[in-house]
Amino acid sequence: MSWLDKIVPSRSGGAKGNSSRVPEGLWKKCVKCGSVLYRPELESNLDVCPKCDHHFRIGARRRLDIFLDEDNREELSTDIVPTDRLNFKDTKKYKDRLSAAQKSTGEKDALVAVKGKLKGQAVVAVAFEFSFHGGSMGYVVGEKFARAAHIALEENIPLVCFTATGGARMQEALISLMQMAKTSAVIERLKQQGTPYISLMTDPVYGGVSASLALLGDINAAEPGARAGFAGPNIIEQTIRQKLPKGFQRSEFLLEHGAIDMIIHRKKMREQVAGLLAKLTYYSAA
Amino acid sequence: MNPNYLDFEQSIAELEGKIEELQLVGNDNDLNITEEISRLRKKSTRLAEKIYSNLSAWDVVKVARHPQRPYSTDYIQRMFTDWDELHGDRHFGDDHAIVAGVARLSDKPVMVIGEEKGRSVNEKVMRNFGMPKPEGYRKALRLMKMAERFNMPILTLIDTPGAYPGIDSEERGISEAIAQNLAVMSRLRTPIICTVIGEGSSGGALAIGVGDHLNMLQYSTYFVISPEGCANIIWKTVDKAPLAAEAMGVTSTVLEELGIVDETIPEPLGGAHRDIDLMASSLQERLTAQVDEFKRLPIDELLEKRYQRLMSYGNPLARKSPV
Repeated sequence: MSWLDKIVPSRSGGAKGNSSRVPEGLWKKCVKCGSVLYRPELESNLDVCPKCDHHFRIGARRRLDIFLDEDNREELSTDIVPTDRLNFKDTKKYKDRLSAAQKSTGEKDALVAVKGKLKGQAVVAVAFEFSFHGGSMGYVVGEKFARAAHIALEENIPLVCFTATGGARMQEALISLMQMAKTSAVIERLKQQGTPYISLMTDPVYGGVSASLALLGDINAAEPGARAGFAGPNIIEQTIRQKLPKGFQRSEFLLEHGAIDMIIHRKKMREQVAGLLAKLTYYSAA
Repeated sequence: MNPNYLDFEQSIAELEGKIEELQLVGNDNDLNITEEISRLRKKSTRLAEKIYSNLSAWDVVKVARHPQRPYSTDYIQRMFTDWDELHGDRHFGDDHAIVAGVARLSDKPVMVIGEEKGRSVNEKVMRNFGMPKPEGYRKALRLMKMAERFNMPILTLIDTPGAYPGIDSEERGISEAIAQNLAVMSRLRTPIICTVIGEGSSGGALAIGVGDHLNMLQYSTYFVISPEGCANIIWKTVDKAPLAAEAMGVTSTVLEELGIVDETIPEPLGGAHRDIDLMASSLQERLTAQVDEFKRLPIDELLEKRYQRLMSYGNPLARKSPV
């Protein structure tokens, strides 16, 4: 069974139901321009609205699937599973929230890591699964990121990360905060060694992930219209008691304020990143 | 209600009030009054011991945020000599929510970086209530890099409600500023000792909290999101903050068990604000010992230990650092 075959059932068998058998599931309304879009057409357009160019959120596996070459994919660190070190309980037990998220997404936690190729060049690529607990970073996400980065470090191959996250995972309390320190430390080792790390932000990127691995790329880039920032707009509005300017924290704002190097359209992603990596690795490649 | 005492301390406040009254009439050389005072003092101490041996996580949060709790500048005045404050990030400005400078700790030069909430209303405003903006973290990083050049140990004092969530903060890249500190602190070739003295809130605390050793004062707190923020997200009301504090395990006791905090430094009975001099002197003593210990380690070994420690966070087998 190919890597692609493995992921297809997990996507269609999710909690949202088997879309192929539900007629209304064939159509999707664009949240931005309101156009009603034919789903297969939308998918072949990489989930970008053909009318207004809105980039829909996509899952981690689809993200990596449309990014990497089809061959030579190897998923990494599939053995790490979340545990509830604090016995965290709010209105529900964290354990139950985890099982529910695992059931609905088919993932063990919110990060998928794959070693593969991008236009023939070896890369380690990781992607956040936003539908798993808001793509939040707890121990598993931090640990998987660090292990993926260590493979990149040992084999001196570039690391590429697609973020889509609400931030640190509250239910793992300080353990999740410390994943910020962990991931930043390993990225710093990549930098010291001169192994490229490319951070690609997709809607949304907030909190602890924004304030660590997402903004530490040799290249930081974002998809058009992606929102990214440290504090969420609600928190800022509550603090300063005024309305936020239009477009605040969108990728265009980030570009304007010097936080990112560029905005990359989803359809140009492979091309653009491959081109960047080819230049960055040119002199170090033997 | 006596505002110098927290809600769960009001029975102590009553006793202390009585003692004060007796002291006022006590000038009449009445021996019985002296005896009575000493009896009440003992009772008050026993009561305080009882209350403080059984604090909830939320009680600890309140002590950590006590309006009289000593702040970074209170410790700096008491623990160091020869203090020279250094200012500015060299790019944008000087953030007063972070105080930084060189000083001597038991004669040895150190770099001190501390988050400062400010005492008076004016000072609180000037210091933005201890919520640093990007320029604050960049000032800290600039000076920590300088400390590395001169082999100077770095001591950080953590006490913040969080990095400032505002438009200007976002415009100037608060996320990047924090992230950069985390990355660079992981490899600075000089010992870094971090101490949570009050409130360690989220990324704004961690941004000066990566190092070789993490101390927490006994009644300080450290969390990934404030209990109010957590309660707001889960229960949609800040009234559930006590539950959130309990669930997140915000105290040094829990965080030591998780292998995140290395050492809890005991506070005077009733909290650091009841005897600031005593608190400062015991913190100074521990920091001096820790600086000596870490200065003795070969630098490559120190850095490898720091890195392995960072990598171990959350690992079920995580262990504490050696001191």
